[in-house]
Amino acid sequence: MRSLSEIETTSKRASKAAGYSWGISEEVGKGVRLLELFGLAGVKNLNEYFKSKSKKQFENLNLINEDNQSNKNPYCPIIFGISFLDQVKTLEKFYKIKLNNIAYPLLVLPFLSRSSEIIGKKIYYKFDENEFLLNFNVKIFSKIFSGKYPISANNVEIIFLENKDNFSEEDWKSLYKLSEETFVEESDSLKKGAAGAGLTDND
Amino acid sequence: MEVKLRDPNVIMKLSRLGSFHQSKLSFLRSFLEEFKDWEYKRDLFDLDENGFGNAIYSFKKKERVYSLICFANKISDDERSDRVIATKWDAAFTLYDGVPSSADIERLKNEVPKQEVGRLSYKELTLSRANKSLRVFNHVVESLSNGKQPDLNLLNKVGYLYRTTAVYGSGKFGLADRFRIKNREEINGPFRLEMMLVYLVRQFTFDQVNHIAKLKNPKLAIKLDPKICKSLGIGNSTGLGMAPFIVNHPTLLNNWILCREKVLKKIREIKKVENDKIDLFKKSLRNSIKNITSWNTENKYQLKKINSLLSNVKKTINFLENKFNFSTEYPFNEIYLWLEQETCDECIEYIVSIMMEPFDEIVKPLVSEMSSEEEKYFSIPTHRTIKDLINIIEKRYPDILKINFNKKENIKNFWFISKNKEEPRYSDRFEEQGSALEQPLAIARDIKKLYEELIVSKNSLTIDKFLFKYSNLRHVVRRAFIIEKFPYAEIQDNTIAEDVVPIDMLRLKLSFFGALKFDPRSDKWLRICMFQGAPLPEELNNYDQQWVYNS
Repeated sequence: MRSLSEIETTSKRASKAAGYSWGISEEVGKGVRLLELFGLAGVKNLNEYFKSKSKKQFENLNLINEDNQSNKNPYCPIIFGISFLDQVKTLEKFYKIKLNNIAYPLLVLPFLSRSSEIIGKKIYYKFDENEFLLNFNVKIFSKIFSGKYPISANNVEIIFLENKDNFSEEDWKSLYKLSEETFVEESDSLKKGAAGAGLTDND
Repeated sequence: MEVKLRDPNVIMKLSRLGSFHQSKLSFLRSFLEEFKDWEYKRDLFDLDENGFGNAIYSFKKKERVYSLICFANKISDDERSDRVIATKWDAAFTLYDGVPSSADIERLKNEVPKQEVGRLSYKELTLSRANKSLRVFNHVVESLSNGKQPDLNLLNKVGYLYRTTAVYGSGKFGLADRFRIKNREEINGPFRLEMMLVYLVRQFTFDQVNHIAKLKNPKLAIKLDPKICKSLGIGNSTGLGMAPFIVNHPTLLNNWILCREKVLKKIREIKKVENDKIDLFKKSLRNSIKNITSWNTENKYQLKKINSLLSNVKKTINFLENKFNFSTEYPFNEIYLWLEQETCDECIEYIVSIMMEPFDEIVKPLVSEMSSEEEKYFSIPTHRTIKDLINIIEKRYPDILKINFNKKENIKNFWFISKNKEEPRYSDRFEEQGSALEQPLAIARDIKKLYEELIVSKNSLTIDKFLFKYSNLRHVVRRAFIIEKFPYAEIQDNTIAEDVVPIDMLRLKLSFFGALKFDPRSDKWLRICMFQGAPLPEELNNYDQQWVYNS
């Protein structure tokens, strides 16, 4: 078994050899490490992408908009991922980002995961039928762990999820009521001795 | 009185970093302190009459066990090499997480002796190999088997029976990644398990010579005197492989240096120092002279430094004994200011290390601050502006910005990874091939390049937009934002200049390991000794804290 450290170093060096700058290669190394940590096929997808990169043209999307359409060549997942990470504080004002044509969409995942941590919001990522919930770079939730991910995706959505409760007010009240059963009623004498008691607050 | 932390632009110069010495903060000393109350055992010792076979040593506390597995092998003299290109060694070692099963030992028997071309698993934490110092090893075996203790003169000249040629950890060759162990209570300082491995290897070397001598001459043989054992350490040959580490781990480097600087600051701020602490400082300083006079090297560069150190330390002792009044307020601040005026860099840093000896209460809490959660600082704050970045660079890299990188002598060398051993190397850009594959270790040059692009960009432009065009500078943009928060994260020198001394980078790291007696064999590799004078495992629960100076 390869260690995550080996995976990161090798991915970084391979990215440099594939033509990316050292700074971007460092980001790719961290990204593939993260994918493999979560049991996702980072090494396989990166390897396949680099192989196809030597034969095909890919589009570099540097400035991301709400709706991004590449009619000719698929977008490079690495440059898209880096741009997303760099611009996330601007992009979060959009509710949803759409893309139509991106290669190896799994490789975008770690950049979105880190972006989620930076802005403090969960991010929902969907390409074709694959759905992921990225949770502040702490966890990645997905229904699919088949190990097979598409070499390109046409319908990609990235949604910034607002920080809001995941439950109803009714559920909360019910649970809170139960938690109150751990509290003790204070006597009058205890109330008189509590912090701030007996003093004027206008002193 | 508040003393300021020393200026990173002075302390982080390579010549200064290359003058650092071991101290109470050093990792081998903090390892001993952490593991002093662990149960030490030799679990297996299955060697033949020539000392070949397997052995296992362990440290145990409650449910946690760390086991060193040793494989001693026969190699011919012409196969013995300290160079990283070697493929066979006298002994190979791994530190196993827990108690190894016989299946584990069988598996590791096939992998550990192969070192870089073997495969380890997440159950193994560190990996190493070592070669005998043949002249010492054979002499010791011969003497013991004849019922005599070995010649101390020879032993003192070398200082060890074996020297390691690499110690690996943190996920190399399949070893456990650091994240698996970093939250363990006992791993609260860097390189702790690497230190454990070296320490247990030292004990193996003593047991091995005793064993061979005994089987060679069962009637006459005696054991190596424990006092002599204590005076021996483990040697280490270190090449350039270590140098990029301190460039590639900026926040970690910062934390090592910052802790040292914080300790010094706190000591200088003590208004009145108790007599027992003054006595301990003076005693350690006096005793340390032996460490300097027994420091053997043939390297002219190092000899010059040792001679200067010796005369400056003697001058300091004379000053402290005859001219300095310790009842003066803030005595260590006064001593430090005197050192700055009157002595050399090597001596200043030597005495700064010794100043720490009496102050456990200052040093110990800082040991746990010497690690770093590097991932936390990896992301670039791309919403910041060009102006912000210019300000950071001007503040943090003042001398780097003065270097003219159009001059050949300032870009003379380049760092690369060798194809045959995947090890870092350093070479002349104008004479050797391969500079197109240069590693991103020329930080000074790249920072200057970044600065030149920034000052012709719009001040209000945000970094994300700047990076559209200058993706090639992304690695140094990241560093500049790191150094904003971590002032001691960067070497304030040009690591590709013609006059750079790469072993200064090794010396810095090795001093934090706790190495003694740096013996440069060229400007690119050196030998050192670790644990020389350290307590033996049976003595750990009650040992002399100043063993470095008193042994």
